Formats: sequence, C-alpha cells, structure tokens
Amino acid sequence: MEHFKNPRNMGEMKDADSVGEVGNPVCGDLMYIYIKVKERDGKEIIDDISFQTFGCAAAIATSSMITELAKGKTLEEGLNITRDDVAVSLDGLPPIKMHCSNLAADGLKKAIENYREKQK
Amino acid sequence: MNKPKYVYLDYAATTPMDQRVIEEMNAHFKDTYGNSSSLHSVGQKAAQTLVKSREIVASIINANRADIYFTSSGTEADNIALMGVALKNQKKGNHIITSAIEHHAVENTCKHLKKSGFDVTFLPVDNLGLINLEELEETITKNTVLISIMFANNEIGTIEPIKEIGEIAKKHDVIFHTDAVQAFGKIPIDVNEMNIDLLSASAHKLYGPKGVGMLYIRNKGIREGWGKYIEPIMFGGGHERDMRPSTVNVPGIAGFAKAVELAKEEMPKEIERLSRLRDKVIDFVLKNIEDSYLNGHPTRRLPNNVNLGIRFIEGESMVLDLDGQGIATSTGSACSSKSLDPSHVLLAIGLKPQEAHGSLRITVGRFTTEEDIDYFLEKLPPIIERLRKMSPLKKGKNH
Repeated sequence: MEHFKNPRNMGEMKDADSVGEVGNPVCGDLMYIYIKVKERDGKEIIDDISFQTFGCAAAIATSSMITELAKGKTLEEGLNITRDDVAVSLDGLPPIKMHCSNLAADGLKKAIENYREKQK
Repeated sequence: MNKPKYVYLDYAATTPMDQRVIEEMNAHFKDTYGNSSSLHSVGQKAAQTLVKSREIVASIINANRADIYFTSSGTEADNIALMGVALKNQKKGNHIITSAIEHHAVENTCKHLKKSGFDVTFLPVDNLGLINLEELEETITKNTVLISIMFANNEIGTIEPIKEIGEIAKKHDVIFHTDAVQAFGKIPIDVNEMNIDLLSASAHKLYGPKGVGMLYIRNKGIREGWGKYIEPIMFGGGHERDMRPSTVNVPGIAGFAKAVELAKEEMPKEIERLSRLRDKVIDFVLKNIEDSYLNGHPTRRLPNNVNLGIRFIEGESMVLDLDGQGIATSTGSACSSKSLDPSHVLLAIGLKPQEAHGSLRITVGRFTTEEDIDYFLEKLPPIIERLRKMSPLKKGKNH
C-alpha cells in the first residue's frame, strides 16, 4: 500500500537512454520503465530509473518497487530481478495480482534489452 | 471542510441497515422464534408475522399477498424464476430471451441453461444501455417461453422500458421475469400495470438484512397457481407453498417488511433528494474534470446512480485512493476479480476495454448527505490528477 500511496521514481524521463513498454490498456495495465545508464568501474549501472503506469494499485506499487530494486544495480543484476523479488519486497501480493509483478520485471528487462540493442 | 466520519457511496453494492429495521428484527428474534409451520401458538405467531410481512411487501408493487414467495436472496429468486420456468415449459419450447447487461445472477443462470441445451438469446443494448423493443419482438419465436430483462441496471442505472416489454410478452403469451433488485423500493413498480409475471427483489439493497429476498409469482389460474408455469428447483418441506422449502426466516422477513414499509413512505421524497445529489455529482464532474463522461442514460436512470468514465486512468486505483480518504465507491474495472476482464455491462454499451477499466460508480442512499457529496467532490479531482500524472496514457496518444 505504501508504494501505491507514495510511489517512488514516478514520471516520464525525458532524457532516458531506453524505455521498456509492457502491458496493454485493453487488459487494464500499461507500464513504461525509463532507464538512464552510466559506466562505473567498467560496469554499466542503472543510474536513474522511473516509471509511468496505467493500472490498478498493485501495478502502480510493483512499478514503484522495481525502480527501487533496480536503482544503482548493474544491467546484469537488473535482468536477474524476478517477479518474486518484487512481490517479496512488497511483503507479498495476492495470487491474482502476481501478473502485475511479472509486468514490472518484464518492463525492466525490456528497457535493458532495448538499451543493449541500441548500443550494438 | 470538516471530514465526515466515513462517506459510503456504494449503496448499489449493499446498504447499511436502517436502525428501525434492526429494532424490528431484534424484537422478532426474541419473540417470534417459532417455526411458522408449527401448530402451537408460538408457531402461529410466526405464521401471523409472515402473513403481515407478505402483505406489506406485496403492497409496494401492487401485488396480491399470496403471490409473494420469500427466498434467501435476489440471486435465489432469479434462479427459481429462470430455472423454474425453463424446466416446467420444456414441452412448450426451450427459448429464453434476456439482455446483455443482466446481473450475474441472471446472466450466469442463463449461461448454465444454455450449456444444458436451452436456446438463450442475449439481446444487445444501445450505448445508453436500453434494449430495442422491436428487436425484442422480432426475436420471439414459437419456442420462446421466457423473457427476462432487468428493471434497472446495477452498474449504469439505466431503467429499461419494462411496461412496453410487459405488453410485448403478454401479446405473444410469453412469461415475463424482471430482476428488480436495484429498482425495488426506489422507484414505483406496478406488476399489474407493467404485466410482470415474475419479479425478484432483495432486502439488503433497501436498508434491510442480507440473506432475505423474494420472488413475486403471478398466479395465472386460481387453482393451479404457480404450478402451471414454474417448477421449484429445491425440494424439502412444504414451506412457501412448496415453492421454496426450508424453515422460514421470520425475523429476517419481518425486517424486510419493515424496510419496505419505510421505503414506501419515503419514496417520493427520496427520489427527489437522491436525484438532486446524483445530478450534483454528474454536473460537477462533467464540468470540472477534463476527459470525463457519463455512462448510462442521462434521464432514464435510477435516482441514486452515477457512473463516470474517467479517461487515462484505471478504476481500481481511484477506488483505493478514495478509500484512503474515507470514501467508498466502486468500479467496473475487474482487476480485483478473477477474470481481469472489465465489466460486461460497460462493454455492452460500446465502451472500449481501456475505457471500461476507467469507470467509477457512485451510488447514494438514505444516509448520504449534502456534506458527504461536497467532501467527495473536493477529494476526487486531486486523486484523478495524481493518477493521471502517473499514467503513460495521454490525450491524443493512441492505445
């Protein structure tokens, strides 16, 4: 509830290096994950991250949580964040809402993949 | 502005009980404990209470006392009506006509009948939620045994042309059932003038107890009574004239009757007062909130129902944010239910799924005050603004 009431890192990032778009408003949720990447000690770090979400409270809370979990992590670590990590960090989600945490994990993954695609 | 204790704006879901109903029921819990089927005086006292209650409940729809059958709920009444008519009339025909916007109690019973081999037509509605009478008449075949169209819709509040449907049903000699759970006690209903054969209602939508409902069954022949065209679906003792066995819930029914008595007394005044509160919400939102619209009919509408579409945001978030401010509302976005599909009613009136996900239902009632509405209208705009800021959906952005 806390992450729904006071979501962290909310809003569009104008100068993002990459965006991950997941979900579909037809199903009731659409999520954008924006990332900014910086190199530190030879590693690519998620320097800044933000989200925009159309969806229920769980979708908003999972969006907020994944930005908290991913901030400062390497891209590799970011890719390894699972829906369970998100759900556990939120002290559990009802089964019907697990797809929301899936969405958040997928959103981050997509943002990172898009970033790597652009670097090629 | 001072915050009211808790602002309950979800009267279509259920209502708080009226104190006068609670007092009536308490008295009956203590004194009318007899089984209404028993011969002794305690049992007969319960039987007398039942007779009186039947009389009161019948009076609000201009029915005969003997045609009221108490049930455990509106859902049960719907099940008896649909299953009972379908089973009894199989030799005559197996076609049932209903609408695309029925409450699940009717919708899912019809789906069950369809699965069992009956032929069910789900009539579409227009974008205001009304069925088309010509289409209804054209759909009737020689196999049609039942028309079941709700009196007023629980989500969008649209009131169907019941009297006209009754005329069509009578003309073609088809039994007519209406699920009147939302309309009963709120707007005038006359089963004779409207040619209604079967009508379902529930006590808990009317400041009465949960677990009490009724089915009105028109007696179409003095001797045969309901036996002529409807079959019971539950079997046991002879309660409710063999139509609905199980020891009768006399205190609950006495509470239902009290609730009906109060509703009857207050109806004209309440229609006016609630319509005013309803229109205040509608006018404010349409005027002050960009990209908002009204779902349902602008005039043929229950006096207590508002259903708004708020673009770019999702209903459940609005409901939870409002709850955080001490305000209870509801939404047709089904993110909280098992299916994740938005409301079938909102889709039937032509909304896109993402629009249906952005609906907010506000239903007022006996204990709603002007202050409650002012408080709600003060809290709503910033909540919409906050959620819109979070949403990637924007004007002109297609999804």
